[in-house]
Amino acid sequence: MADETIIDVRDVHKTFVSDTKPTLGQRLTGKPHVQKRVEVLKGVDLVVHRGETIAILGSSGSGKSTLLRCINKLETIDAGRIYVNGHLIGYEERDGELIAEKASVTAQKRTDIGFVFQHFNLFLNKTALGNVMAPLRDVKKLSAAEARDVALPNLEMVGLGDKIDNYPSKLSGGQKQRVAIARALAMNPSVMLFDEPTSALDPELVGEVLAVIKKIAQQGTTMVIVTHEMQFARDIADRIVVMDQGVIVEEGPPSRIFTAPQHPKTRALLSRSGILPA
Amino acid sequence: MDFIQNTLAVFPALLQAVPVVVQLALGAMAIALVLGLLVALARISSIKILRGIATLYLEVIRGTPLLVQLVYIFFVLPSIGISIEPVPAGILGLGLNYAAYLSEVFRSAILSVEHGQTEAALSLGYTPSKTLWKVVIPQSFVVSMGPIGNYFIAMIKDTALTSVIAVTEILKTANILNSQTFQTTAIYTAAAILYLIISLPLSRVVVVLERKARASG
Repeated sequence: MADETIIDVRDVHKTFVSDTKPTLGQRLTGKPHVQKRVEVLKGVDLVVHRGETIAILGSSGSGKSTLLRCINKLETIDAGRIYVNGHLIGYEERDGELIAEKASVTAQKRTDIGFVFQHFNLFLNKTALGNVMAPLRDVKKLSAAEARDVALPNLEMVGLGDKIDNYPSKLSGGQKQRVAIARALAMNPSVMLFDEPTSALDPELVGEVLAVIKKIAQQGTTMVIVTHEMQFARDIADRIVVMDQGVIVEEGPPSRIFTAPQHPKTRALLSRSGILPA
Repeated sequence: MDFIQNTLAVFPALLQAVPVVVQLALGAMAIALVLGLLVALARISSIKILRGIATLYLEVIRGTPLLVQLVYIFFVLPSIGISIEPVPAGILGLGLNYAAYLSEVFRSAILSVEHGQTEAALSLGYTPSKTLWKVVIPQSFVVSMGPIGNYFIAMIKDTALTSVIAVTEILKTANILNSQTFQTTAIYTAAAILYLIISLPLSRVVVVLERKARASG
């Protein structure tokens, strides 16, 4: 059981193609429009086991957020395969052929994957409680009373038992992010994905969110965290994954990565963060 | 003093036309809301033919006068065998016309709901259509409240145009009175005041709606 695989990413490739329409200026001057293609993921393999906490580190543009967004198909991959809990994401496999799946099937698979965004993305027309209850009602089809019974302990857990009736406009950034975490957790997913959960917060609010994430990790939740908080990653992660220019350059336990990094890019990243001497 | 008394004396007769105005405005608004939302959804649809039809509709309606549209429905459609009574024709004409304008209100309101909320809903297991109906559209309705209210007031005033297709609303009633009594000044002053009496409280309601929409956003 300890080695049960929750996420299996195999040789994933992703290329972003910039706006294909020529600009007005380009049309008027007749300058050829060069389509910009950026290969963000260049063959990524990653296995996450049940109960593991993985921290993905890397400089901006290294592809770490894109990898995370591919896992629940917020981005569609160009090549490779991603399995979550044994289910292929985004496709059905028939006789070795991959066929794009229906949106409702993707939606069903996503209920098993919690996702926390950098910018919280709360439903602005709903209270804290309403935000947590909404997917329980709309997706899991629970009654109002049942949804409330699931939502309240999750809001308590993130320390917002006294703010349940507040609208997002009346919550601080840290509180909004904790509501977003409660909303994702209430769906009882197999894995939680965090995409730079503290990057949009004022420095004094980072701590409260990190404390909640740590608490969830200690409860044995499987999670993958993309973060720039090096000390936090070192403190919480079972394994550190370092990405650079679309590939994983190094992975290993924090004790080794932070003291004896092998790859020059890892050393560069750690010295920029002041963890290793330059 | 004669003028004021004469004006006041006209009111009871004009008031009898108010139910017709209410009927026109409510009926046309119901059509405009439903059709406007459908046109807005078609305009942002990924299906090209739907976008094309919706855009064509929008351009035809916005590019021709409402008065011409009403006349067309009432006087031209019978020539191809479609005869519509004055009041239903008025409701249809006003509804089709305002649907085009409301579709633009809905479209911009739908696009104003931040994309992050759509992504959040998708990540929580909402299907794309459930995301639209449960997350995006309820919020765009809140944003649209003020503009919808303003269009409703404009529509009440535009009901006067249906006088040309034989709807006995306020203006038509005034015309009839005028042809009988020739108290032109008193009659049309009373008619104008009556429109004011209807619209002024409504514009207060719109202000309150807009304030509420801002508070929840």
